[in-house]
Amino acid sequence: MNAFNTLERRTQFVGIGFVTPTFLVIALILVYPVVQSIVLSVGQSSVDGFEPYQFVGLEHYAALMEDDRFWRSLSVTLIFTAISIPLELMIGVGLALLMNESFHGKGLARLAVLFPWALPTALNALIWRWMYNADYGLFNAIGLESGLVSEPVNWLGDETLAMASMVIVSVWKTSSFMALIILAGLQSIPRDLYEAGRMDGMSRWQEFREITLPLLKGSIMVALIIRSMDALRTFELPFSLTDGGPDSATETLSLYAYKVIFEFVEFNAGSAIVVVQFAVIFSLSLLYIFTLRNKD
Amino acid sequence: MANVSLQQIGKSYGGSVAVEAFNLEIRDGEFLVLLGPSGCGKSTTLRMIAGLESITTGDLLIGDTRMNNVDPKNRGVAMVFQNYALYPHKTVSENMGMALKLQKMPKADIEERIAGVADMLGLTDYLERKPGSLSGGQRQRVAIGRAIVRTPEVFLFDEPLSNLDAKLRVKMRMELQELHDRLGVTSVYVTHDQVEAMTLADRIVIMDGGVIAQVGTPREVYDKPATEFVAGFIGSPAMNFMTMQLASDGSWSSTESTLVLPELPGFDTRGADTVRVGIRPEHMTILDASAVGDDPWVLPGKVMLAELLGADALLTLSVCGEIMTARVNGVGYPEQGQQLAVRLNPEQLHAFDRESKKALQV
Repeated sequence: MNAFNTLERRTQFVGIGFVTPTFLVIALILVYPVVQSIVLSVGQSSVDGFEPYQFVGLEHYAALMEDDRFWRSLSVTLIFTAISIPLELMIGVGLALLMNESFHGKGLARLAVLFPWALPTALNALIWRWMYNADYGLFNAIGLESGLVSEPVNWLGDETLAMASMVIVSVWKTSSFMALIILAGLQSIPRDLYEAGRMDGMSRWQEFREITLPLLKGSIMVALIIRSMDALRTFELPFSLTDGGPDSATETLSLYAYKVIFEFVEFNAGSAIVVVQFAVIFSLSLLYIFTLRNKD
Repeated sequence: MANVSLQQIGKSYGGSVAVEAFNLEIRDGEFLVLLGPSGCGKSTTLRMIAGLESITTGDLLIGDTRMNNVDPKNRGVAMVFQNYALYPHKTVSENMGMALKLQKMPKADIEERIAGVADMLGLTDYLERKPGSLSGGQRQRVAIGRAIVRTPEVFLFDEPLSNLDAKLRVKMRMELQELHDRLGVTSVYVTHDQVEAMTLADRIVIMDGGVIAQVGTPREVYDKPATEFVAGFIGSPAMNFMTMQLASDGSWSSTESTLVLPELPGFDTRGADTVRVGIRPEHMTILDASAVGDDPWVLPGKVMLAELLGADALLTLSVCGEIMTARVNGVGYPEQGQQLAVRLNPEQLHAFDRESKKALQV
């Protein structure tokens, strides 16, 4: 018994020894920036370090509460997330189901579906910005030629349309990512369950509802967590598509924080925005994790 | 309950043929086992009866209805899968009741039926559990229960015991037998395990390369194998085979050793001068080395290897240079290296045509 305990303790030490380097690296690159942001957000400092750091408490947060542009960017972020994620999920599930069927040129189709996701967001945004262009853009050309519209639509110039345009680009780009994760989930469902379903007399729709969907729950959850964290942090898309316009109708939290920090050079106020954003994403993740755990 | 009739059933995938010209009448209430090595087409045949595979050629009749293009759910068949195929996110009771629920049977009736079957299979305490929390044997029972609940005309079993450990397999085998005796439902059972086939079957269909090699009762396929393949497949350890050539004096001598046998007892060799002769390990008598002499069926041999199985022992013998296996009593068997005599019981010899591999008639 005693020997066993010693052995167990030794194994534990070895284990801790192996984990420590990784743990330190993660702490350095993950925990340090978070702590630093929090420290910055409750103080006042200057870029050149001319004025020493001064603790000011929640002053910047109080200012944020009064800041309409902050509230607007928060709501833009939430609306963007709330609209694009469900759309991505539905299209992603559809694509995954298609890709899971066997047909000729399946490999090519999978590659094609992944293409938008493989392109850098900034590049995507530029392509779409050109297609949205009010004077020379593809959409207006089609619209005008076919007589669907009588005058050019200013896609990125109208507040609602700009948001819709941004959602479309995001859905186009990331549905394939959802599809990929869900496809992996689909492929892990044993085929004989569907055969049992056929013997039981399920229709295709019942197969989907009784077998596929419940067994995909895990993959869907994972896809949702990853994608909603992404969406809540969206930066490049509005940055290169609309620059947050018109009139900050597409200005996300990240973009606003960026502007406050790098354009207004307000490190401390900007950090406060970043910390709020962190809190939102963190609590959402916790929510997801707990619902996942309760399901099991 | 119903009889099942397979008439000239065939299945091919693209150019490759999986099952060819399969003809069989399965009687009402019969327990029929499809036996064969992997890839022999037995599972494909079963899946064609189930409706999970389309039938390329021929007609499938259940009762007197042609079922080729009928949905699986309307064929009156229920299937037990090798990996159970239970819905992992549903309870035992939901798993068992799925088919009835889809048939829109009233909930109270479903519950009553499930309760009855669960009672029969000892699953009553597990009805609200998910399959993940059950043991292999319990899952198998649920899979069987799911089939019984539907009160099908025909049960289809696709290697249902192959995922269980040896001890449990024996237990479940007996339970299956009891169940069949009790319900009397026509059953088609696929396995590659000859012990399961021998113990469960009313009749065994032995398949080889997509065609039927033999249909018969367990007794028949063991005693009178129709082909060399069946002879080698049924029985463990496998039958010993020798290639024998007719000599001018009417005796037969092995092409691979110095073994010589007297005139073969009454086999119709159809004038062939080379045949395959087989004898089962259990049909050889081990005698003292001095017994070689008068009886031409007693041959000198030497023990190459002796393996104790428990009740029995297996001897690997060199008989006139021919390597053969003999099954002997596990008590007091000869040791490795010992010289002895072997009597091949002539009435238990088998002979097969060298070309067609078919059994030669007496």
